[in-house]
Amino acid sequence: MSDVVHLKPASSAASANVANDADAVDCTDFIQDAGDGGHRLHLLVEGAHCGGCVRKIEGALAGFDDVTEARMNLSTRRLAVGWHGQAARANTFARAVAGLGFRVMPYDPISASGAYEQDGRMLLRCMAVAGFAAANVMLLSVSIWSGHVEGMTSATRDLFHWLSALIALPAVVYAGRPFFRSAIAALRNRRANMDVPISLAVILASAMSLAETMRGADHAYFDSAVMLLFFLLVGRYLDHRARGKVRFAAERLLALGQAPVTVINPDGTRQARHPANVDLGQHVLVATGERVAVDGQVVAGDGELDTSLITGETMPRHIHAGDVVHAGMLNLGAPLTLVVSATGEGTVLADIVRLMEAAEQRRAGYVALADRVARFYAPVVHGLAAGAFFGWFVLGGMAWQDALMIAIAVLIVTCPCALGLAVPAVQVIASGRLMRGGILLKSATALERFATIDTVVFDKTGTLTQGEPDLINRDAIAAADLTLAASIAAASRHPLARALVRAAPVAPLAEDVREVPGSGLVMVRDGAEVKLGNRPWCGIETNKQDDLDGPELWLRHADGTTVRFAFSDRLRDGARDVVAVLKRKGLAVELLSGDRAGAVEAAATVAGIEHWRAECRPDDKCERLAELERQGRRVLMVGDGLNDAPALAAAHVSLSPSSAADISQTAADAVFQGGRLDAVLTVLDVARRANRLVRQNFVMAAGYNIITVPLAIMGFVTPLVAAAAMSSSSIIVVGNALRLAGRRKRL
Amino acid sequence: MSGLLILIPAALLLGLVGLVAFLWSLRSGQYDDLDGAAERILYDENDETDQDKKGR
Repeated sequence: MSDVVHLKPASSAASANVANDADAVDCTDFIQDAGDGGHRLHLLVEGAHCGGCVRKIEGALAGFDDVTEARMNLSTRRLAVGWHGQAARANTFARAVAGLGFRVMPYDPISASGAYEQDGRMLLRCMAVAGFAAANVMLLSVSIWSGHVEGMTSATRDLFHWLSALIALPAVVYAGRPFFRSAIAALRNRRANMDVPISLAVILASAMSLAETMRGADHAYFDSAVMLLFFLLVGRYLDHRARGKVRFAAERLLALGQAPVTVINPDGTRQARHPANVDLGQHVLVATGERVAVDGQVVAGDGELDTSLITGETMPRHIHAGDVVHAGMLNLGAPLTLVVSATGEGTVLADIVRLMEAAEQRRAGYVALADRVARFYAPVVHGLAAGAFFGWFVLGGMAWQDALMIAIAVLIVTCPCALGLAVPAVQVIASGRLMRGGILLKSATALERFATIDTVVFDKTGTLTQGEPDLINRDAIAAADLTLAASIAAASRHPLARALVRAAPVAPLAEDVREVPGSGLVMVRDGAEVKLGNRPWCGIETNKQDDLDGPELWLRHADGTTVRFAFSDRLRDGARDVVAVLKRKGLAVELLSGDRAGAVEAAATVAGIEHWRAECRPDDKCERLAELERQGRRVLMVGDGLNDAPALAAAHVSLSPSSAADISQTAADAVFQGGRLDAVLTVLDVARRANRLVRQNFVMAAGYNIITVPLAIMGFVTPLVAAAAMSSSSIIVVGNALRLAGRRKRL
Repeated sequence: MSGLLILIPAALLLGLVGLVAFLWSLRSGQYDDLDGAAERILYDENDETDQDKKGR
């Protein structure tokens, strides 16, 4: 073993358990007073993915006598712990969860949960109130409409109008707030958005209906006002949900840079510190299996680092004294000692995050189709309504109340119920379709952008390929050798050893196996050594030519005979077919990878991709995407690594496998589950059809307006006509959207 | 007409009960963790989990 280990002091209670993250992160600052002598702590739990994890965590905490509450939220990966007694118990609880193998970070629920959840709840409450009001007012309105035919007395009609007013007015005040606020904000900025005509129509319709009710008139538009609100709130809430999960992933990401760092003091003692408190030039220790949290240069130890998160390389990289390592890499070999050269914001990891944020801001400039329609729509609607009012009042010589009623009718019938539903309805059905296929849409405008792409750029490792090595020369190996090698390999966590175990899963676990980090494994049997490891470790001359063959392991028997195990990163199932189909559809396909040229070329050849680039840094990928964009291309980026995150954010639209780094999933517009790459085709297919349906819906909504607006301007639109027209157009639009759900999956 | 005096308040009241029930369920956090709720139903024991017993 490396001599770095001897730095460990014999006694140092404060720094004893380095592997445990919770030791270093002090949770006591985050404790809330729950009243009645109790305390609460909110933790972000990394690594909890299923019901089993939830049970384990809650069960462990429930085991403490003073814990009164332990609730793990699986959607947001947050854990709330409540307890009676000392505040300082917080660290014990955090450590208990960390001890189960999860990473925990305390967080402040007030700043974290933020506006998003508040907005969602408010929309839901408004929707519920509007729905209640719409159902009940409609009940009364139907009575009034049939009463007009059957001869209802005016007293009954007035009573019903007053009842409607009683229900509708508070509901409008309550449920209309999201629109009113947005409309006021837009007007302050001297702009008009879709919410301005909506607010105006709802307020005017309610106010005029109240005035009409007081006069004892025939018609009131309460039903139209609340129904309009209800339909639009449904659309608004669906829209809100569509944007959902992204934020939680982003929050979890913050935890990545905050793993504690083990600092080695000049006197040899060790101390766990927050990365922000580590000074440049200090020595830090990176234990086996730990992620590097700072950038630095190796001064002692040599071993292997998994760099896939940063560079996209499949195979671990050998590290010797003098090499530079970056935050985010994972130490697979012996403990390393580093001299810190950059921390926090200065690391390559932070650079990647910044690149991604910059790219995302650029993309925020994309205006959704619905908003483009709205920009043009609002002035037209206002113009028509104003025109109707002045036309009847000034030219037609009508009383101003009646002229205003006509103007309101124009506002109501033109009001974008169908427009407000056209996009969300299609989007929800499309995302439901995709979700059943294991694809999660994250961005609200992603479908539109998916529909327009003409170029697909793949990352290699983990996207086009499985991202893990596979034994390729099984036929050349004797079964007994494979079993022996696999049983030795079972003792290691090295990617190649794990690949061997996968190749021979029934091999028994060998005993007396020792791992020599950076070299291989050795098993002592009957006094003789059997070795499994790299070329020099097994005593084989290095031949330059063979180096290009990719990753390999050697087995050296006690008698000195050797067996070679060759590995390669296999393509995902169907990758070749997917590329072929994409090309047949006329899309350009490219491969951009951070891996070495040989590996990239091999993968590109097998997948049938002519254009490829190797050894791309994250900014190289962004650069290439920008270049494509300048050529007028619309690019779909498919990638998974941390090094892809900026490219994913910079591309016109992006897709990640669910095995991707959290940050990449955050940056991507959609995430697909499962091992097959077919998801790319499914997304494109659904997106194109969804886009067609959205456009059809807009056309239908426009057609409906062309028919009803002249009627409204001429004064023929009674509340019954308005309600019927509004509902029917909404139903037609939703029905059209449903067509997307009906058809079979096509490949 | 006299029937209406009973039926209308009754209809409104029932609707209101539904609305209040929904708002209550929203406020009590029943929509906070839909993923978790889907998993929790699979827990084996049919009575409440440990932390529920201790009273939240």
